[in-house]
Amino acid sequence: MSATRRTILTYVGLFVFIFLVGLWQGPQNITLLLAQSIAYALIALGLNIQFGYGGLFNFGVMGFLMVAGASTVFVSFPVNHDFWGSDGPLLLGRALIAFLAGALLVWGARQSDKLGVKGAWKSTLVVACWFIAYVLYRSQLDPAAQYIEAKSGWIGGLGLSPVLGWVVGAAVVAVIAWIIGKITLGLRTDYLAIATIGISEILRNFVKNMDWLTRGTLTVSPVPWATPLPQDLQAQGVSIDNSFLYARLGFIALTLVFLVIAFFLVSRAYAGPWGRMMRAIRDNYIAAGSMGKNVTRRQLEIFVLGSVLMGLGGGMLVTLSQIFDPSSYQPINHTFLIWVMVIVGGVGNNWGTVLGVLLIYIIWIVSDPIAQLMFLNLSHWTEQIGWGAIPEIDSRSLQMRVFVLGVVITIALRYFPRGFLPEVVRRDK
Amino acid sequence: MDQFIFFLNKVMVPGLVTGSVYALGAIGVTLIFGILRFAHFAHGDMMTMGSYFAWVMATALAAMGIVLPIPLGFVVLPVSMALTAVVALGLDWAFYAPLRRRGAKPVTLLIASIGVTLMIQGLVRLIFGSSTRDFFVGNEEKVIYRIDLSALGGTRPLVISQPQIMMWIVTAIVVLALHYFLTRSRLGKGMRAMADNPDLAQVSGINTQLVVVVTWIIAGALACLAGTMLALDVNLRPDLAFNIILPIFAAAIVGGLGNTYGAIAGGMLIGFAEALAVFNWTAVLRPFETYLPNGWTFPNTLSLVPPEYKLTVAFVILVITLLNRPTGIFKGAST
Amino acid sequence: MPILEVKNVVGGYGGVPILNGVNISIEQSDIGVIVGPNGAGKSTTLKAIFGLLKVTSGNVLFEGREIANALPDKLVPMGLSFVPQEKNVFTSLTVEENLEMGGFIRRDDISGTLNEIYDMFPVLKEKRRQQAGELSGGQRQMVAMGRALMSKPRLLMLDEPSAGLSPRYVLEIFEHIVAVNKAGVAILMVEQNARQALAFASRGFVLAQGQNRFTGTGPELIADPEVAKSFLGG
Repeated sequence: MSATRRTILTYVGLFVFIFLVGLWQGPQNITLLLAQSIAYALIALGLNIQFGYGGLFNFGVMGFLMVAGASTVFVSFPVNHDFWGSDGPLLLGRALIAFLAGALLVWGARQSDKLGVKGAWKSTLVVACWFIAYVLYRSQLDPAAQYIEAKSGWIGGLGLSPVLGWVVGAAVVAVIAWIIGKITLGLRTDYLAIATIGISEILRNFVKNMDWLTRGTLTVSPVPWATPLPQDLQAQGVSIDNSFLYARLGFIALTLVFLVIAFFLVSRAYAGPWGRMMRAIRDNYIAAGSMGKNVTRRQLEIFVLGSVLMGLGGGMLVTLSQIFDPSSYQPINHTFLIWVMVIVGGVGNNWGTVLGVLLIYIIWIVSDPIAQLMFLNLSHWTEQIGWGAIPEIDSRSLQMRVFVLGVVITIALRYFPRGFLPEVVRRDK
Repeated sequence: MDQFIFFLNKVMVPGLVTGSVYALGAIGVTLIFGILRFAHFAHGDMMTMGSYFAWVMATALAAMGIVLPIPLGFVVLPVSMALTAVVALGLDWAFYAPLRRRGAKPVTLLIASIGVTLMIQGLVRLIFGSSTRDFFVGNEEKVIYRIDLSALGGTRPLVISQPQIMMWIVTAIVVLALHYFLTRSRLGKGMRAMADNPDLAQVSGINTQLVVVVTWIIAGALACLAGTMLALDVNLRPDLAFNIILPIFAAAIVGGLGNTYGAIAGGMLIGFAEALAVFNWTAVLRPFETYLPNGWTFPNTLSLVPPEYKLTVAFVILVITLLNRPTGIFKGAST
Repeated sequence: MPILEVKNVVGGYGGVPILNGVNISIEQSDIGVIVGPNGAGKSTTLKAIFGLLKVTSGNVLFEGREIANALPDKLVPMGLSFVPQEKNVFTSLTVEENLEMGGFIRRDDISGTLNEIYDMFPVLKEKRRQQAGELSGGQRQMVAMGRALMSKPRLLMLDEPSAGLSPRYVLEIFEHIVAVNKAGVAILMVEQNARQALAFASRGFVLAQGQNRFTGTGPELIADPEVAKSFLGG
């Protein structure tokens, strides 16, 4: 059957599935699911660009999402007047200067071969400068961090619009992606995967521990919305149930605009000359390079572009949940889940990616209540035969998700290596 | 003298402990990489699984009233190691071998191993819950030796626990045994040959199937050993191993993937690097304060990296190695 | 009965076949040499015999038994041995360990054969504790041959054994091959150094474009003006 028919049929099946789940879980829950799915869809589209179009194995998605979330919080959370009234900004300014000075020092050391310092001497010099820069930076930052945490808790936010927060988050992530891309994109594919996992863990450590910047494990909440909150609607007389429903629908309306625009732009780009070149590079790396295309630069482009979408989605996730909790970021939830969505949905196919997001996310969420039911029944049985009830059913059922995700990955790799809706390769005339 | 004892307690002992655990895990990873040519991400969870096997067996023994001078966790090791080895073989048969037969790329196998990781993690938590447990079952307690060094002028004791001593002994024995196996036995040499040049190994008539089986057996057994010892030293938790998989990869990569001795060295290196990085140098440098210019003192804590960032050390080493010398400090398998 | 028969073999790496009906036949006492221009399918023939690529039609018979598409590690116990052209030693293993690997399949004591190999290649005995990767090209080739002989094969196949070797080593290698053959091992080899190799070949096969063009004893082929003109450079 043709690709279009296949797409339409699979989507019809998907909507039936969503409808049935909606009947079971109720309209409030399903709207929450859908709202989260839109954010995940943006993130997955970003990964699809990196992996599906570019063949890049980015396993550091979690790190990007954390950074985007932190940036969104910084932009949209109300201003912390304690901080701005104290010496905090001054100390931070000094730390920033120290950072820049250190960066300059290291950069200079790396250029030292132009002054005639070569080989082992240059390496020693660079390492020494890294060390000095690090000590310098720490000497300014540690007292600043301690001061801020003691006096005002953390630097707070800027009190601006959450949508601006999403955009800023995307920009920050793009910068970080550029840096990471610059240094890692030359690596062999599985090394790249491991390196990105490592970098993402490093980022996580930083965001988690920089209490002065992100409040760390103390978490930040409530993060404001751009559309009316349930509380706002309740104040206007809407019933509690409906308030959640309408509020989430409002959020969905806003984010859907982003998703549609992004989807449209990405699909247009894919179909055009840029997309063709990307595919050429992905499919025949060596040949493309020998044709004079600057492969590394293109890969960097793809990497950064994909990360922009991830940044948007990551910011939306935090705004939606209204909490920024660094410890809630796990590679499982945030990196591997997205990967499964893309692989199962269809690598290189945007419609497939969105399908994958909805399907996998719902399976992910629904595994928990199903497991609870299973455990409750099992617990009854064990009680009856004298073994006693099963403890901690709640936290255990949550783990079912992880198991299910693992099973899904395995099955997908074995039987659907190209996903439900594989890439549509059009024969150019 | 006290400073030296402090250094021993805070750097040498933890470094050797962590280093041994990393080394044993890294050996498994590097063997699998050298012979099966993929990064086995599920290794950390194999360690967790192995430690839970040991715990269940030890608990069973304790319930039967058995009490021994050494922790039951150690006593059941041979059995739990064998069990983990069998499971490892099962994992390969079920998940990796089919993909290998279809000529899957190393990255595909990495993703498959991520799937296996998630399944094992989910199962372990489903069955055992997410709580942290003390490995000592029944009425056992951790035996801690406080070695009085007052004869040498120290006022603080050197603190070493019984599980730690056993760990070092067992690690040393295992490493020696592995060395003999790899250099003296026909099968061990066959493994090295296959890691060196898999095509030639097949052409030479080396039984590649057998080598693959032995690889998984060794990797599984060592993973159980490392996981159990770690749990005995710290505690038993489901995410015991997820935190460890990246430092172990770092150790294997630094040592040169496919190079067993490199993996041991890499493991020790990273173990000590972590201990050194969070070490509070001030305590050691205090006696030298008198040599500083008037009025200068050392800050209260002078460590290279704040303790919360301890795990970051391994990741940083990993990333730096991947970027500068992906083949590792020692010569690894030619990729 | 010929020890090896290749009958009308068609095969390749998937896709367009490289071999389009190749015929080879050698007896136990033969030194068979396959020559031809680049791309003729010489190395491909050896690999097809040894199960390293797919044979889509035709037969490969070793001592009368069909072995087409068998796995390489089943063929060694049957009495075949293969020395690839490149990467033909275990560089991180010592010379002695390399040889031991050749005897992997043997259940009996291999030290007798090991000593025979050392007698044949005294330099290997000298360097037996050195890593194979540190040896020169010619010495490595000896290790590769020694490794292949450790399994006591009845048929030894070599893919361009003289490739990349200095003239002195080329001569030495060929002398060794002749000696091995005299000791009772059938030889089938592919060679670029056509003239030199055909000089002592009891069976010569000239291939082009995946098919046989000329067959005969080595000296016959060298003497044949047509062969000499087209394939031996006159």
